Amino acid sequence: MSATPRRGFLVGTGAFGATALLTGCLANDPPQQQPAAVAAGGDNAAPGPQVTIGFSAPAADHGWMAAMTTNARAQAEGLPDVTFRATEGGTDVNQQIAQVETLINEQVDVLVILPADGKALTDVARRATEAGIPVVNVDRVFDSPDAYRVWIGGDNHGMGVNAADHIAAELRRRNIADPVIAEIAGTDSLPLTQERSAGFREGLARHGMRVSRRVAADFTAESGERQATNLLQAAAHLDAVWNHDDDQGIGVLAGIAAAGREDFFLVGGAGSRDMMDRIKAGDGVVQATVLYNPSMCSSAISLARLLAQARGMSDLAEHEVPRSITTYSAVVTRANVDQYLDVGFAS
Amino acid sequence: MNEQTLTPVDTQPSRLGSWWARADIRLIALVLVLVGLCVVGYATRPDAFLTEGNISTVLRLAAAIGVVSVGMTFVISAGGIDLSVGSMVALCSVWMTTWAAQSYGVVVMVVCALLVGTGCGLVNGLLVAYGRVVPFIATLAMMASARGLAERISGRQTQVVDVPAFGAVFQADLLGVPVLIWIFAAVFAGGWTLLNRTTFGRRTLAVGGNAEAARLAGINVRRHTALVYALAGLCCGIAAIMVVARTTSGASTNGLFYELDAIAAVVIGGTLLAGGRGSMTGTVIGVLIFTTLSNVFTLNNLETDVQNIVKGAIIVLAVLLQARTRRRSSFS
Repeated sequence: MSATPRRGFLVGTGAFGATALLTGCLANDPPQQQPAAVAAGGDNAAPGPQVTIGFSAPAADHGWMAAMTTNARAQAEGLPDVTFRATEGGTDVNQQIAQVETLINEQVDVLVILPADGKALTDVARRATEAGIPVVNVDRVFDSPDAYRVWIGGDNHGMGVNAADHIAAELRRRNIADPVIAEIAGTDSLPLTQERSAGFREGLARHGMRVSRRVAADFTAESGERQATNLLQAAAHLDAVWNHDDDQGIGVLAGIAAAGREDFFLVGGAGSRDMMDRIKAGDGVVQATVLYNPSMCSSAISLARLLAQARGMSDLAEHEVPRSITTYSAVVTRANVDQYLDVGFAS
Repeated sequence: MNEQTLTPVDTQPSRLGSWWARADIRLIALVLVLVGLCVVGYATRPDAFLTEGNISTVLRLAAAIGVVSVGMTFVISAGGIDLSVGSMVALCSVWMTTWAAQSYGVVVMVVCALLVGTGCGLVNGLLVAYGRVVPFIATLAMMASARGLAERISGRQTQVVDVPAFGAVFQADLLGVPVLIWIFAAVFAGGWTLLNRTTFGRRTLAVGGNAEAARLAGINVRRHTALVYALAGLCCGIAAIMVVARTTSGASTNGLFYELDAIAAVVIGGTLLAGGRGSMTGTVIGVLIFTTLSNVFTLNNLETDVQNIVKGAIIVLAVLLQARTRRRSSFS
């Protein structure tokens, strides 16, 4: 993996040689992902007719998105009756539309689409459906129910509510009256961020609390560090912080460590392995994380297989796969972290 | 502040006297904007704004983008543009934090960042100078491929630094001031001296002002252009070290939009986008303006979208102001 990308850069630049030899050849051994395999119950596990699953997701530009693709692949590889046909993630919506068109032309049995933008991909998903290919829509929902057979995704609003409930309970346990609560949101222009924030606000309001300070980062470690640093300057004292995303959380924690602050506890979001390890260790500010877990993409592959094989979910009384499934944003704390370590993704 | 200028407009005599007086006016305007922001910051949060901790925070946040902007000032002064700085920061940060580099320790990590940065910058420079590729295109290509390579190397995962010595050096304080701020100051001082006090600087401005004239004057324009881009790459390597020190990790998402922030800072700082005139001090004040803006907004718990609107307004204002001073001086 290290040799090929290196080649282009070495042309004409002798200066590179030394570094490359020192690190390039030996480096680049990223930590192994923890693919989240979902155990199928009942006779769902029994092999069925051979099916081809087409998969399309946006470019994996950070840990959570990378884990979505990795999980899908791992799940498919574990199913002997599935042929997995993935397209390489693109950076823009047009590219993803083209990828889905390719998969339609190849006449895969079922499509799993995680759209970069649900609205923009609705049309091509509808065309797939019309061409007789059922579509499993993951996470960002299409504009029209005609465009998909099954939707599976996370609960952004519920994520905010559960974070609020946990924080309120913890503050009450610590006997803190009139707490100062801060929120480090993700990219503000995304509906998912707005839903998370709304859920958090409403959840706190039910406990008679409110968000005192709010900043928005961009789901990257760097932006998390920048926003956390400014936030900690702005507030001399904090009681609790909810950070929407564990990828940006790496930066947030760096900012907190640099400021040397320990006056509050932090609740994360998404459920990365790193955060779970910190929760388990229990010696820092990280106290919990609210799941929005990429294991949903593993489940999407299982659902796609059952759809293509015209089977239902054996644990349910229904003959068919349900129309929509919302994953639960459980709060992972020190008490239950061991139960969730298997779905913790590498950020 | 003493700034070098070589454009014909600036060498004409004017009511304001010699050229450095006009350079002063530009800088004074920028300083006034910065002071204005500080006044707003102090007026709204007297308890938090002018504290030692907050000033140190602003400077540390400005450090990485400031160092990148110093490199960008050279490139733009020489009549070029570098769109790849953000991607180069990402690539350097990832390269220096891959596990093998980390296992060789802090020195190898730092050397990696500097070499990779310089190397990428040199590739840009060679493409522009000897390959005759337009700077916009050459660096656009680097912008895409360096980010891609960073994603490839990191597996799109954030590479956390596990070398205690690295943190001990780059997150430490020296004489009560964070090491990062020292590095930022050193790079600025070095950049200022190089641009204003050396043959290299004079040649940079000459190449940017009129490449043909510079060639006839005996300057090896191609070699000089290549060196200027390599210098910008080196700055990206230094910035990557700073970003890694701040975030304790290397990621392919590091340095997003640095090219735009750096170009904005350089242009409002008074460096001509067409080349031939460069103001290192202006650039650094530009960076400080944007960083302070974001700090003041966060202190007052304001939304980020409003912050972006104000940022845009400041860019337009500063450039309009400079256009006015330039017109006045050339018409007088």
